[in-house]
Amino acid sequence: MADESISELGEYIAAALASEVSGTSVAHGELMVEARADAIVKIMTFLRDDQQCLFKLLIDVCGVDHPERSERFDVVYNLLSLKHNQRIRVKVRTDEMTPVPSVAGVYKAAGWFEREAWDLYGILFSDHPDLRRLLTDYGFEGHPMRKDFPLTGFVELRYDDEQKRVVYEPVALTQEFRSFDFMSPWEGAEYILPGDEKAEGQA
Amino acid sequence: MAEVEIKNLTMNFGPQHPAAHGVLRLVMELDGEVVERCDPHIGLLHRGTEKLIEHKTYLQAVPYFDRLDYVAPMNQEHAFALAVEKLIGCEVPPRGQAIRVLFGEISRLLNHLLNVTTQALDVGATTPALWGFEEREKLMEFYEGVCGARLHAAYFRPGGVHQDMPDGMAEEIHAYCEHLPGFLDDVEGLLTENRIFRQRNVDIGVVSADDAMDWGFTGVMLRGSGVPWDLRKAQPYDGYEDYEFDIPVGKNGDCFDRYLCRLEEMRQSARIIKQVLDKLPDGPVASTDGKMVPPTRGEMKRSMEALIHHFKLYTEGYHVPEGETYTAVEAPKGEFGVYLIADGTNKPYRCKIRAPGFAHLQALDFMAKGHLLADSVAIIGSLDVVFGEIDR
Repeated sequence: MADESISELGEYIAAALASEVSGTSVAHGELMVEARADAIVKIMTFLRDDQQCLFKLLIDVCGVDHPERSERFDVVYNLLSLKHNQRIRVKVRTDEMTPVPSVAGVYKAAGWFEREAWDLYGILFSDHPDLRRLLTDYGFEGHPMRKDFPLTGFVELRYDDEQKRVVYEPVALTQEFRSFDFMSPWEGAEYILPGDEKAEGQA
Repeated sequence: MAEVEIKNLTMNFGPQHPAAHGVLRLVMELDGEVVERCDPHIGLLHRGTEKLIEHKTYLQAVPYFDRLDYVAPMNQEHAFALAVEKLIGCEVPPRGQAIRVLFGEISRLLNHLLNVTTQALDVGATTPALWGFEEREKLMEFYEGVCGARLHAAYFRPGGVHQDMPDGMAEEIHAYCEHLPGFLDDVEGLLTENRIFRQRNVDIGVVSADDAMDWGFTGVMLRGSGVPWDLRKAQPYDGYEDYEFDIPVGKNGDCFDRYLCRLEEMRQSARIIKQVLDKLPDGPVASTDGKMVPPTRGEMKRSMEALIHHFKLYTEGYHVPEGETYTAVEAPKGEFGVYLIADGTNKPYRCKIRAPGFAHLQALDFMAKGHLLADSVAIIGSLDVVFGEIDR
C-alpha cells in the first residue's frame, strides 16, 4: 500500500463527504478520517458501498477516553476493504450525554463492539438493537475503562462460607496501591522536585 | 382434541460445560430441540487486560498477550510487537523476523491441532483429541526450549525476539515437520470420511461470503466461506512474502469446510516452517538499538553503558513517540489486531485488542438459529473460540 494511493483515497472521501468529514490524515501508512458523530451512519454506508472504497468489513469499534476534553470520548471505527486491500480508521467525538448513532444497521458486526464501548466507557449509542452490558459482571456499576476509574476498582468479591454465596465488599487493600513514577525527572516530571520549593523566590 | 399450548423453553448452557470451550454461557430459547434464539453471555473471564496494559510499560504489556488466546500465545505478542515497532520505527533484523515467522507458524499448528481435535470431541470422537494433545506437547517443548515456558512465552518482544534458539533446535523442528504430515493423515483417516463426523458437520452452520463479511469474520471463518483472504499474503509482515505457501479456501461455508481448511493450513504451516529453517539467516535476533532492546547478560556485566541501559529499560522502559496505529496479524483464529495509542510516555495511552473470536462468537445467534441444539455445539467448535481473547 503506497502512501500516495491512501492519501488520494482520503482526498476522495473528504470531497465526497465534504460536510461530514472534518479532516483526513495519513500516519504510519494508515489513513484516518475524522468525522461528525451525527453523520456516522451516512459515512459508514458510503464507505461500505462506494466503488472506490468497498470497506465491507468492520474490523473494530472502540472507545478512547480523553478526560481533559469537553467531548471526552473518541469512538474509533477500523474498517477493512478486501477488494482494495486497504484499511481506514474513522474517528468521531462525543461526550457522556450525547449518543452516537449506532452503525449496527450498516454492519452487523457493530452490535457487540458498541455494546463493549458502552460497557467499558459509557458511550451511548442511539438506535442500537440491544445495548446491554457485555464484559463486566452482572449488576456492575461504573465504566471501568474510563481514565478516572481506578485500576483496583471499587468492589471485590469472595465466597462467604456462612451465607453460602459470593458476597461483594468494598476493596480493602492491605497495602496502598503503588504506582511507581519511573519517568526521568529531567524529561517527564510534571511535579516540583523535592527541595525545589525552598528555592522559590531566591533565584 | 384439546388444544395444547406449546411454550418455548429457555435453557441455560454453560458456563461450565465441556462443549462450551471455556466459560461461555448461552441463554437459549428452544422450540422443542430447535434453537430459536441464542444469547451468548460473555465476560466471565474478563480480567481487564486493556486497563492493566495502560498502567504498564510497553515491555510489561507483552505477557498479557500470552494470556489472551492461550492456545496460540505467540501470535498475539506478534501483533503487539509489530504495533510498537511501527510507532517507534524500529527495524527487526532478518534472523529475528525468521524466528518470529517460525514460531508464529508453530503457534498456528498448536491452535489448529487443538481446534480440529476438540471439534471432533464435541461431536463424539475422543481419539483425535488424545492424539492431538500429544502432538501439542511436542510443539510446546519447542516453546520451552526457546523461552523456558510451555505456554506463556513472552518471547516476541518489540524489537525482535528475546533470545536465539538453542543449538540443535532447528534440526529438531525440521524433524518434527517431517513427522507431522503422517500424523495429519491419521487424523484425516479418522475424521474426514467418518460418517458420524460428516453427519454432524456437513451443511451445519452455513455462512455465505456476504454474511461472513457483514459479521466481521476473518481467518478460517472467512476463508471457509470462499473468500480468499489471508493477511500473510495480502499485507505481509516480517517477511511472509518470501515464503511459498497456499491458502486453502472453502466452498460451502459450513463446519466441515472450516475443518478441512484448518487441516490444510497445518500442512501449509509445516511447509513454511521448513522453508524458514532452510534459509535461516545468521545475525542478531533483536534490534541492536540499546535504547530499546536490553543488552545480553554478559554484556551487562562488563559494560557500564549496557548496565545503564539494562537498568533504565527494566525500570522506566522506553518511550514511544506520540502516534497511533492499528496493526494486525493473521492469528490462527483470524485477524488479531492491536490498536495502540501512544502519548510519548513509557506507557500506552490506549491499547485496544481486536480479538477475532469476539466477532465470530457474536454471530453465533445468526448461525445457530434454526439448527438443533446439538448442532450449536458443533458450530461453537468450528468457530474456534477461546475465552481468554474474547473476554480480555
